[in-house]
Amino acid sequence: MSAGLSFADVACVRGGRSLFEGLRFALGPGEAALVTGPNGAGKSSLIRIAAGLLPPATGRVAGDGARALLAETAALDPELGLAAAVRFWARIDGHAAAVEAALATVGLEKLAQVPVRLLSTGQRRRAGFARVIASGAPVWLLDEPANGLDAGSVRTLETLIADHRSGGGIALVATHLPIALPHAQEVRL
Amino acid sequence: MSVFIAIVWRELRRAWSSGGLLMPIAFFLLVAILFPFAIGPDGRLLARVGGGVIWAAALLAALLPVERLVTPDAESGMLDQFAARGLSDSLVAAAKMVGHWLGFAPALLVATLAAAALLHLPGNTLVPLLAGLAIGTPGLAALGVATAALVAGLRGAGALAGLVMLPFAVPLLIFGAGASGDQPGAFKLLAAVSLLLVAGCPFVAGAAIRMGRS
Repeated sequence: MSAGLSFADVACVRGGRSLFEGLRFALGPGEAALVTGPNGAGKSSLIRIAAGLLPPATGRVAGDGARALLAETAALDPELGLAAAVRFWARIDGHAAAVEAALATVGLEKLAQVPVRLLSTGQRRRAGFARVIASGAPVWLLDEPANGLDAGSVRTLETLIADHRSGGGIALVATHLPIALPHAQEVRL
Repeated sequence: MSVFIAIVWRELRRAWSSGGLLMPIAFFLLVAILFPFAIGPDGRLLARVGGGVIWAAALLAALLPVERLVTPDAESGMLDQFAARGLSDSLVAAAKMVGHWLGFAPALLVATLAAAALLHLPGNTLVPLLAGLAIGTPGLAALGVATAALVAGLRGAGALAGLVMLPFAVPLLIFGAGASGDQPGAFKLLAAVSLLLVAGCPFVAGAAIRMGRS
C-alpha cells in the first residue's frame, strides 16, 4: 500500500503560546515516529495537526493514504454493543467485514455484545484500537496508546504496530510511557 | 453520500432509543393540555388562540433535545473522528439536522392531532396547521442543531440554548401561526424563513464545531 506522512517546518501555537516550531520529518511505508516530551509539550497537538483537526500555525503537512486517529477518547457510542459501535466507523471506512477480526486481534471478541459504557478504561482503549485496525487506513496516528493498558496489552500493542509496519503501514505515536518501536525516528518536543 | 445516511441513521437511532422522542412529544401535549386550564373552557376563544399555542408548544418541544445533539459527540471525540476522515463539519451538521428532524417532526405532527382536539380547533384549520408545521419544523430542527453547536461545552448550556434559539425562531412562530389562521400569504413567508434556516444553519453549526476544536 502506498503511504506517506511528512511535516515541513510545522509550528504550533496554542492560546498565544508557541509549543514547537520548525518541526520536520518524513515517514515512508513501514516507518514510524515516536513523539516524546514532557506534559504540555504539544504531543497531542502534533497528533491533532497530523489528523487535520488543527491547522498548523506555519508549515505544511502532506501525506498519502487515509489516516486513522486514536485520540484520548474511544469515540464509540456508549449505548451500543462493542461490535456495533466499531462497525459504525468500519462501515464509513468501507471495511464493515473487518470488525470481528479487529476485535479478536485486541482480545475483545468475547465482549462484542457488551455495551461500550460497561467497558473498563483499558478495554475502551483497546476498543479504540480495534476501530483503528478495522479502518484499514495505512497511516496510524496514536495519541498515548499505552494509557490505561496493562503490561500484556502494551506488548500486544507493540506487536500490532510492528505487524502494521511490516505490511507497509505508518505509525506516528505520541507517548510518555515506554513503547518499543524498533528503528523509529524520534521526535523530541 | 453513504456517510451522510449513516450519520442520519445514527441520529435517528439515538433520538428514538434514548427516550429523546417521547420527552418532546409529552412536553408538547402537556403544554396543549395546560392552556385550556389556564384560559378556561371557552371553545371559541380556545379555537382562536389554538394555532398559536400549538406553534409555541412545538417551538419549546424542539428546544428540549438540544443538549443531546452536539455536546456528547464533541466530548466523546465522534466529531473529531468525522473530521479526521476528511468530512466537513458543515456536512456532519447537515446530516444531524436531517436526523433531528426525522426524529421529532413526524411524531409531533401526529401529536398535533391530539393537541388540536384538546384546543377545540375547527376541522378546517387542521390541514393548514399541519402543513405549516411540516414546512416550519425543518427550520426548527436546523436552528436546534446550530444552537446546540454554538453552546456545546459551555456551562449552563441548556438555559443558554433557549436564549440563543428562541429569538431566531420568532419569524417561524409569526408566519407559522399566521399560516394556520386565515392568512394564506404567510405560507410563503414561512417557507422562505424555514429555507433560509435550513440553508444557513449547517454552515453556522460547522463553524461553531470548528471553533470548539481549537
